[in-house]
Amino acid sequence: MGELHQRRTRSLRTCSALIAAGALLLTACGARAGEEAVGGGTESCVDVDGDSIKIGFINSLSGTMAISETTVNDVLHLAAEEINDAGGVLGKQLEIVEEDGASEPATFAERSERLIVQECTAAVFGGWTSASRKAMLPVFEGHDALLFYPTQYEGLEASENIIYTGATTNQQIVPALDYLLEEEGAESLYLVGSDYVFPRTANMIIRQWAEENGVEILGEDYTPLGSTDFTTIANQLASSGADAVFNTLNGDSNVAFFRQYNSLGLDAETTPVLSVSIAEEEIEGIGASNIEGQLTSWNYYQTLENQENEDFVAAFQEKYGEGRVTSDVMQSAYNSLHLWAAMVEEAESFDVDAVRDAADATSFAAPEGTVTIDGENQHVTKTPRIGRITADGLIDTIWEGELTEPDPFLETYSWADEEEAEEYAQEADEADEDSDEDSDED
Amino acid sequence: MDMILSQLVAGVSVGSILLLAAVGLALTFGQMGVINMAHGEFIMVGAYTAFVLQGIFGHAGISLIVALPLAFLVGGLLGVLLEQVLIRHMYHRPLDTLLATFGVGIILQQLARDLFGAPAVDVRTPSWLQGSVELLGTAVPVSRIFILGLVIAVVAGLSAMMTWTSLGRRIRAVVLNRSLAETSGISTRSTDRLTFFIGSGLAGVAGVTITLIGSTSPTLGMSYIVDAFLVVVAGGIGKIKGAVIAAFSLGILQAFIEFSTTASIAKFLVLVIVVAFLQIRPQGLFSVRTRSLA
Repeated sequence: MGELHQRRTRSLRTCSALIAAGALLLTACGARAGEEAVGGGTESCVDVDGDSIKIGFINSLSGTMAISETTVNDVLHLAAEEINDAGGVLGKQLEIVEEDGASEPATFAERSERLIVQECTAAVFGGWTSASRKAMLPVFEGHDALLFYPTQYEGLEASENIIYTGATTNQQIVPALDYLLEEEGAESLYLVGSDYVFPRTANMIIRQWAEENGVEILGEDYTPLGSTDFTTIANQLASSGADAVFNTLNGDSNVAFFRQYNSLGLDAETTPVLSVSIAEEEIEGIGASNIEGQLTSWNYYQTLENQENEDFVAAFQEKYGEGRVTSDVMQSAYNSLHLWAAMVEEAESFDVDAVRDAADATSFAAPEGTVTIDGENQHVTKTPRIGRITADGLIDTIWEGELTEPDPFLETYSWADEEEAEEYAQEADEADEDSDEDSDED
Repeated sequence: MDMILSQLVAGVSVGSILLLAAVGLALTFGQMGVINMAHGEFIMVGAYTAFVLQGIFGHAGISLIVALPLAFLVGGLLGVLLEQVLIRHMYHRPLDTLLATFGVGIILQQLARDLFGAPAVDVRTPSWLQGSVELLGTAVPVSRIFILGLVIAVVAGLSAMMTWTSLGRRIRAVVLNRSLAETSGISTRSTDRLTFFIGSGLAGVAGVTITLIGSTSPTLGMSYIVDAFLVVVAGGIGKIKGAVIAAFSLGILQAFIEFSTTASIAKFLVLVIVVAFLQIRPQGLFSVRTRSLA
């Protein structure tokens, strides 16, 4: 019995060794095929002869980021369905290949490579955290493939292989600051954020802006992601006498922050809090009563009144349920698929180079209003909107800016020190790398 | 001076949360040497108990009052179940309990995600716990005072039980020398079960209370488990008194460092200080003098 058992173990071991060796060989082949593709310039394995064309979705369907990214995955499916119902792209039906990024930047890199090299998809849609985007960037550049990234982020990036359909700094943070100064008369600010690359970069830009505009920064505090203790910060905030708070906290920390803020008797009238990471889907968890009346800065709200948005919200709720809400990042993801379809139609080809050449000035009548790609930096035009959170958990637009050209490096702003910003972002990013696996949003 | 007092108050308030999360752990980890990584998830279960009751009663105040004893029961029963099914087979393999209970914690998290969804849910604070009062020149949220009161009650009750009841005597006997206790006719099995019931029940109570200050999400337990272990280890394994002193010291330390630096640096420095402290006093603030050889 014992001998038999041993023999079986041995053969099992041999088997697994063989499998491992096989896998290694396959990987090596895959890598070589990939290298060849790079060497050969734009040669891609995308099959354009059939009735359908493959596209890839990569979102975190598991792990901490699943909370946010599954909603993006939902709208991507909705958009694909709409495009297929309308006859597809260049007459071909979209065939979706899905990968789970699992909230791990390394997994995003590995799975997106699979989507490009093995699945031969024509374009890939997804990613949420800056860490996941930065992990995928070299993969897409190496294989000269296209990634559509839907999240608002800290800017300071413009890769030819990424189309950024979320807001960059000058379409979300800068208008929010201008609003606080001009409309709320806030001459002093208190900055609160989670401790990772987006809040730190955002706050560094805010400091440059504040210096130019004579606004005083009375405090700048960071808490570890997921932190629930804001006793000291709230006390310091209350005693600082700041006119307004700029909030870059992520996820669960917001609950603790707003509860502490409220219990100290602060409110939206006396010390408004403007948040750039709280959208419709987060409000329920924070509790609308805890955050009612506070401000947000986004380009899209579910309550926008126009035909495109009404159709979008209706289609989404019909597919996923009446109780579901739509948010800014979801809408940007929805736009990204439609923009890609428009680019392909314009190029009359699925070839990445041709599609990219067609990117400039490609427009889509989006729920947020028409968005147009800027061929220089692969970002899209956006309308900044300041919103006020209502008791029923939605956000009403209370101020709307002009349609704003994307300026990821803040080149058109005299106060922005681009070099300092870039250096800073890089440092913050490097320092972040080890702790990035957690809920590193935006 | 004002600032010192207000940070002292802030520190006590942070400490009371730490203590609440740690006191049940101090019992199971300290008294029984079992590393229960699922303790954080028991806290999370307590929080969701409060959420479910809020749905049933609709009234935030009533549901909170009902949730406290009920979460104790739910947490306690979960603890007993865990002890019966898993831990009792591993009393002499502490590292195995660590892994096994860690797995149980992940299962509980996923269960919560499937039942209540991944995003945080909103547990409302009763109106009589909203707002703040002026204390030593600083505004202290009423909810924090409630938590402090609750912690004092829990610790007092626990100490009384350990000192004066036969169960308390039995627990102490088992800790001091398990085999001698057993030969003297103490049923160590039922003592273990009861200890686990109480320790895990206290995690449930902590969960209900934490809904007053933070978010209620499947990962809630993870935010507290490390701090709770820190308190137990720094306090000296097996000593409620140690946990009390450690929790408030860490809370106050955190508040003062945070005041002059930032929350991230404070968290880091507190950890460094605890590690340095454990170098000097590996047994923590207090230690159990045990007559067993182990």
